[in-house]
Amino acid sequence: MKDVDSINVLKYEAVIGLEVHAQMLTDTKIFCGCSTKFGSEPNTQTCPVCLGMPGVLPVLNKKTLEFTIKTGLATNCKISSFSRFARKNYFYPDLPKGYQISQYELPICEYGYVEIVVNGETKKIGITRIHMEEDAGKNIHESASGGGGNYSFVDLNRAGVPLMEIVSEPDIRSPEEAVEYMKKLRTILRYLGVCDGNMEQGSLRCDANVSVRLAGQKEFGVKTEVKNLNSFKFVGKAIEYEIRRQIKVLEDGGKVIQETRLWDSERGITESMRTKEEAHDYRYFPEPDLVPIVVDQRWLDERRASLPELPDIKRKRFVSEYGLPEYDADLLTSEKSTAEFFEEAVKQGAHPKNTSNWIMIEGFKYEKEHGIAIHETPLKPIHLVSLSKLVETAVVSGTMAKSIIFEVMDTGKPPEEIVKEKGFIQISDTSEIEKAVDDVIAKHPKEFERFRAGEEKLIGFFVGQVMKMTKGKANPQMVNDLLKKKLF
Amino acid sequence: MELYSQTISELRDLLDRKEVSVKEVVNSIYQRIDRVEEKIKAFVTITEDKALEMAEEAQKKLNSMEAQNSKSLLGIPIAIKDNMCTKGIRTTCSSKILYNFIPPYESTVTSRLIEHGYVLIGKTNLDEFAMGSSTENSGFHVTRNPWDLERAPGGSSGGSAAAVASDECIAALGSDTGGSIRQPASLCGVVGLKPTYGRVSRYGLVAFASSLDQIGPITKNVRDAAILMNIISGHDPFDSTSVPLPVPDFTAVLGRNIKGMKIGIPREYFIEGMDKEVEISVKDAIRKLESLGAIPVEVSLPHTGYAVATYYVLATSEASSNLARYDGVKYGLRAEGKNLLDIYMNTRAQGFGSEVKRRIMLGTYALSSGYYEAYYRKAQQVRTLIKKDFEDAFTFVDIIVTPTSPTAAFKIGEKTADPLQMYLSDIFTISVNLAGVPGISLPCGFTSNNLPIGLQLIGKHFDEESILKVAYAYEQSTDWHKRRPNL
Repeated sequence: MKDVDSINVLKYEAVIGLEVHAQMLTDTKIFCGCSTKFGSEPNTQTCPVCLGMPGVLPVLNKKTLEFTIKTGLATNCKISSFSRFARKNYFYPDLPKGYQISQYELPICEYGYVEIVVNGETKKIGITRIHMEEDAGKNIHESASGGGGNYSFVDLNRAGVPLMEIVSEPDIRSPEEAVEYMKKLRTILRYLGVCDGNMEQGSLRCDANVSVRLAGQKEFGVKTEVKNLNSFKFVGKAIEYEIRRQIKVLEDGGKVIQETRLWDSERGITESMRTKEEAHDYRYFPEPDLVPIVVDQRWLDERRASLPELPDIKRKRFVSEYGLPEYDADLLTSEKSTAEFFEEAVKQGAHPKNTSNWIMIEGFKYEKEHGIAIHETPLKPIHLVSLSKLVETAVVSGTMAKSIIFEVMDTGKPPEEIVKEKGFIQISDTSEIEKAVDDVIAKHPKEFERFRAGEEKLIGFFVGQVMKMTKGKANPQMVNDLLKKKLF
Repeated sequence: MELYSQTISELRDLLDRKEVSVKEVVNSIYQRIDRVEEKIKAFVTITEDKALEMAEEAQKKLNSMEAQNSKSLLGIPIAIKDNMCTKGIRTTCSSKILYNFIPPYESTVTSRLIEHGYVLIGKTNLDEFAMGSSTENSGFHVTRNPWDLERAPGGSSGGSAAAVASDECIAALGSDTGGSIRQPASLCGVVGLKPTYGRVSRYGLVAFASSLDQIGPITKNVRDAAILMNIISGHDPFDSTSVPLPVPDFTAVLGRNIKGMKIGIPREYFIEGMDKEVEISVKDAIRKLESLGAIPVEVSLPHTGYAVATYYVLATSEASSNLARYDGVKYGLRAEGKNLLDIYMNTRAQGFGSEVKRRIMLGTYALSSGYYEAYYRKAQQVRTLIKKDFEDAFTFVDIIVTPTSPTAAFKIGEKTADPLQMYLSDIFTISVNLAGVPGISLPCGFTSNNLPIGLQLIGKHFDEESILKVAYAYEQSTDWHKRRPNL
């Protein structure tokens, strides 16, 4: 057996396709009027239809069609003018009818793509199809949950919650690309307001089809399907693991078996769930209880026209219109609300690059610590306008601006007021700064010797000391200039 | 004349003129049931307490309104095939797997009957899940033909047809997937109408084959069928396959002249093997229609020979999926088992009868990977051709006339050993379901054994009016519908 680390993995190329399930943000289920609210008492959000009582019939929630079509349009899909539902037949207690209403032949959206950026390069990932289907319920195993009983509960609150299944082409070549693709899909879904994209709560789920082949080989290798990838991190890790596992199997002279594997996030491995021979024959056939979906061209044109500006277009516009680096534009546009907040501030007169930095650095840091996004704090776009002016007129330094931002996010006080209260006025008086510089040099003669001897990186140390002495108020540019003067 | 032997329109008159009370009518029915049900066994559940409640309610309404405002079914005793959900009242589909199922909701058709003040007499027997042509496949008991207790009433709506024929109710509802209203109506000497697919809501009808099932009336005469059609027809937001077309007053066409109407006689339906007495009666009926001014025209429905095979692929495929929900998890029978798979298998092994199992297996096979193209898809293609046959024929004629069934009522047990023989009993009715067009069966004669013979009239999509008009004209010029079995 070879040690996987000794194998030249670069000999191989991975081929990956993702099947993403996105729970739609509708108030009611896909085929009945029951609520889709998450976390209610078991079986309280059910009716004869989603319980699969004898004699009931499904009626399509039109909103789900609209949401799916919007997603198709936003991912450059062709929208089918004629589409139909199909039954996917299998037995399981969480599936009350014994079949899931899904789409098989003639899905509503086909032949699309999204663009992702990896290592600075833009790549198109093809979308094979997007279709609508109903979610199943949930089985709760008493024995597994430590209750001791050898029976299970069935909660059908989730049965009939609308899902979109978004199937990609096998265009993805690395775990990083897979994660970027997932992130891009999530961004698009959230822009459209059709899915909240919450992977932890399961409203965005992902299965990955993974195979490997020798670099340069045309034929695909044997693929496995990896299930249970419920975070971006696990999407990357599970695919990474699975690629290495398959390479190792091949290097050891074995063959990859076509099978379904389950990602075990605790152990960080994938495990066989069922082989091809054990795979279900779902016996798909057209759902006779629902009439085919015929999409009216005018209605479709209206939907197309009413689409919001999508992340890719917004990103490009942020670069050209505000002169932002590609990286900033990408990050700012990954959430629609963030992009809108940025743009509002800039429109009111805030400095684009400074604002971008404040949102991406201080804003994201604040969000990480407090769980509140910058636009949800008391900080308003106009505050960033004031702050931009304070920086531009050199009243405050960049460092000061950063601490002011945090305070505005906490309190909502205008920056000018904070400046007054805290005495956050930058010292630009040469003599005052020079005095501080001299004091620092006097205190650190050894360091100053080394500095003079050519250890240039020590300049940071001295700037830091001066800033400390002046409580951050000294104009850093002036400190730098003065230090260099002392040197020569 | 006994009250139980009246029709809907006759009773309407008596009730509105306050000559009889609803209670008297209902009591008369239950007395009749007491006397004959033991022989017929048309019912799975008799709902006498509920009926008396509904009767009282109906009487109150009747008393408080002007006669001309009374709704057409106020106080009329009607039986419902036991595959339509009635809230709070056991609905079994004559299957052991649903022996204890009490629906928490009301089907759309019975909701409409309730709005019109009907009185539910009971739930009638059927072939389990409506799969059969004799009602012998009931999971509970066999229903007998009121004209000859040794014979089957037909099926699957055999309970409803027998109940109407034996005056155990004034009218009934049945369901028809391949002939299940028309064939028992024919074999029991009553009127049965299968509406156009999409005319009547299927919400609450326990599905056998969703693309073929349709609910319709089984009545003592054509007028009553039209009256019930007026009530049960129309779009239902709970059934996407029900069509949002306006519903005409079906009684308005009754009595209209049929002069000049072209009636198609499909040459493929008059073939070797048909019972001679049936053939003679149907040909006589055609001559009668001709004498009333209709013009017979020979037409061809070239794909008729494929109808039975097509039907048994499509209907069983849909059924195999529709019946998957009976797994012992949520309602109905649950057998013991060591694990989940055991519970599934034991429940379904014990709960379903052999014909249902046969059809689930056939359908599962036809949908299986590797066979789908050869069976299901091919059958869908043939179905399109059969539908086109009718569309083509209807460019020449207004209605099509055929026998309803190739034979009169057969003996109980005669065909149970040979399912294929049983399937052929629906050879003249099945195409109508595949094409989705409406069809009515009405009495057109009797065999030498005094067994009723049925005439089938087939109409264009959503043109139930034409077949009702012709049926009524024929009925008014004959006395077949007045004959009653001796019980």
